[in-house]
Amino acid sequence: MTTMTGAQSLIASLERVGTDVVFGIPGGTILPAYDPLRDSSIRHILMRHEQGAGHAAEGYAHVTGRVGVCFATSGPGATNLVTPIADAFMDSVPLVAITGQVPRAAIGNDAFQEADITGITMPVTKHSYKVMDPDEIPTAIAEAFHIASTGRPGPVVVDIPKDVLTSPTAFDFPSTLNLPGYRPTTKPNRRQIRAAADLVREARRPVLYVGGGVFKARAAHELIALAETIGAPVVTTLMARGAFPDSHPLCLGMPGMHGNYAAVTAMQRADLLINLGARFDDRVTGRLDGFAPDAKVIHADIDPAEIGKNRHADVPIVGDAKSVIVELNKAVLGDNSERGRVDLEQWHSEVERWSRDYPFAYDQSEEGPIKPQYVVERFAEATKGDAIIATGVGQHQMWASQMMPLNRPYSWVTSGGLGTMGFAVPAALGAKVGRPDERVVAIDGDGCFQMTAQELATATLEKIPFTVAILNNSHLGMVRQWQELFYDERYSHVHLPQVPDYVMLAEAYGAVGLRAESVADVDGVIDKAMSVDDRPCVIDFRVDAGEMCFPMVPAGASNDEIIVGPNERPYDGVPQAPNEAYQRREEAAS
Amino acid sequence: MISSHTLSILVENRPGVLARVSGLFARRGFNITSLAVGETEHPDVSRMTVVLSADGKPVEQCMKQLHKLIHVLRVEELPGDASVDREIALIKVGVGVGKRAEVLEIVEIFRAKVSDMDVDALIVEVTGSPDKVRALTDLLEPYGIIELARTGRIALGRGGRGLKAPTLHPVPIESAS
Ligand SMILES: Cc1ncc(C[n+]2csc(CCOP(=O)(O)OP(=O)(O)O)c2C)c(N)n1
Repeated sequence: MTTMTGAQSLIASLERVGTDVVFGIPGGTILPAYDPLRDSSIRHILMRHEQGAGHAAEGYAHVTGRVGVCFATSGPGATNLVTPIADAFMDSVPLVAITGQVPRAAIGNDAFQEADITGITMPVTKHSYKVMDPDEIPTAIAEAFHIASTGRPGPVVVDIPKDVLTSPTAFDFPSTLNLPGYRPTTKPNRRQIRAAADLVREARRPVLYVGGGVFKARAAHELIALAETIGAPVVTTLMARGAFPDSHPLCLGMPGMHGNYAAVTAMQRADLLINLGARFDDRVTGRLDGFAPDAKVIHADIDPAEIGKNRHADVPIVGDAKSVIVELNKAVLGDNSERGRVDLEQWHSEVERWSRDYPFAYDQSEEGPIKPQYVVERFAEATKGDAIIATGVGQHQMWASQMMPLNRPYSWVTSGGLGTMGFAVPAALGAKVGRPDERVVAIDGDGCFQMTAQELATATLEKIPFTVAILNNSHLGMVRQWQELFYDERYSHVHLPQVPDYVMLAEAYGAVGLRAESVADVDGVIDKAMSVDDRPCVIDFRVDAGEMCFPMVPAGASNDEIIVGPNERPYDGVPQAPNEAYQRREEAAS
Repeated sequence: MISSHTLSILVENRPGVLARVSGLFARRGFNITSLAVGETEHPDVSRMTVVLSADGKPVEQCMKQLHKLIHVLRVEELPGDASVDREIALIKVGVGVGKRAEVLEIVEIFRAKVSDMDVDALIVEVTGSPDKVRALTDLLEPYGIIELARTGRIALGRGGRGLKAPTLHPVPIESAS
């Protein structure tokens, strides 16, 4: 046991739990922690906004599977972290946010820069600590990391008053944790696995519905074996893109509001959904009472509260995705060797027909404006799929998910549950820090980019190279699309005229700035960007502002009402035009 | 009467735990009609008794969400017919000497008691099921209730079985990050 300050104890504790990098911004109350940080092996990356620090820590966590850590001072520093904390909560990202707090005696007095951050974040944290005794720092850190990273991962806030950081304490890192109320069930119940295998045996139209839980359990490898054993087509949700290779013949891509027609329709027609770590989110199910009407459901999740929350589970399985996948695979393999494989030939040919007839489609003419999808495709070509892709939120996010072949796990970094604009730039930065040997490309919208662009300064100064491809449609594109389709083209506050000049802005931040205005420019600027390896590079792709993201299931509609494209209707399902504007557009197109 | 569910929740006795539990009900859209909290036989463990109105979301979802709180140790729904439910009410009735005898008679019938008496008011203390408390309040209403305080329901399941806190045995830290 060594005597030290609370701040030293904090840094020593972080070192003990294996923290190698912290994203943060100092300030009055967290100041004491920044002093021992100088002498620590931990790398601190000075961000330009705490929101950036939080998203960078998330990006780091997404690609490494390790806990992302961020620091902020009390009051405004801490409240700036609220968005990334909520984001991490919705997407189950292991995050530990350490905030300074006003001295103990001042708490509750509306002291300068006081904000009750544990209170503010209570609804969006897995747990939080307000450390009122310096001797409790090591335990709080040990527990925070344990809670953030195990079970269903999530954000944990550790709030430490300034005088707790400055007080002397004996550093005594615990060897055990005492959390009697926290015992996640990881090993699935055998009988449930058996029951699941029986349903698999009966199914003729099974679909594996794979969610982010498969990443959290690091079960992507095992998933391939299970899919092949069952022979079921696989859909990967927005949070699970890359958990199953898009190149695999069984992969149908993303389900949901802007998902592949085949993925959406296979779920609608399925007689069995095998949900592995997904949560029947409304963006996937559409109108719940019209969702997958004939399907029985096996629902495996480490969080029992997800099971049966939105959709009844015929076979609920509480456990982590890896154990469930391994055990279910064993059970089905056993059945197959005893009784032969179930013939799913007819199902496969149906699904293949959907994939073949309704691929993602767009029209790129040589002379016409650049289509955003074309840019994504050219990036796919240029990177050969060998890159980590981060995104913002909006049309570009959907196009990135649709058009970017994702064949490796942990190479997709996006804000799904919260849908946080501004996620891409700092998340890409954090991802690059976590996996410096990977190429990182952020596919961003012009609206999103402007929310966190200041982190380019961080990236330039810290020499964190990544590419930001702005699919610049000079609009809040996704909102514009809704106004076109559902508000009779009454555009309201969605236009973003070309200010700032993104090339000049990039250069002002010390990044490389490039622009593509015509189709002929695209490959050239991508090549140029790929050769930059010592600083960030921003490309302003001036893309077609009128392009809409399809397929689309209108909000609140059943997935059967999927709109395939501006001038295509599905042959099964009930086509339904959302409004006159849509029809006019369609007539014009035909 | 709206049907309701009574939940018995054992929690670690920590600062903030009440806020975590009560906040959860509000933000997950569960309507609670009563919440009572106090220490148990174990000084580190408190019991919360929560009455949930049943017209909201499924109680099972509520219990699962409660379980996710790190400081929640156990959650159980108490079956109405196999549990003992009690609450205490203090009812200050504005009666002077004239009507006092009538009130005392009511108090007698309900096996309640008078805990304080003044020239123009008295405080009736009653323990019982929520129905009993309601019935008594209704009868006292015409005499003029000046103030009323209720503890909220506390309850235990009948029989020898009990909701026990898990024994606190520390687990070794696996690689935490
Ligand atoms: C912080 C935040 N504010 C508002 C929204 C609502 N919203 C969703 S998509 C979108 C438009 C995004 O525009 P842009 O970044 O240009 O991307 P595009 O849709 O054009 O690809 C908006 C405003 C949001 N998701 N997040």
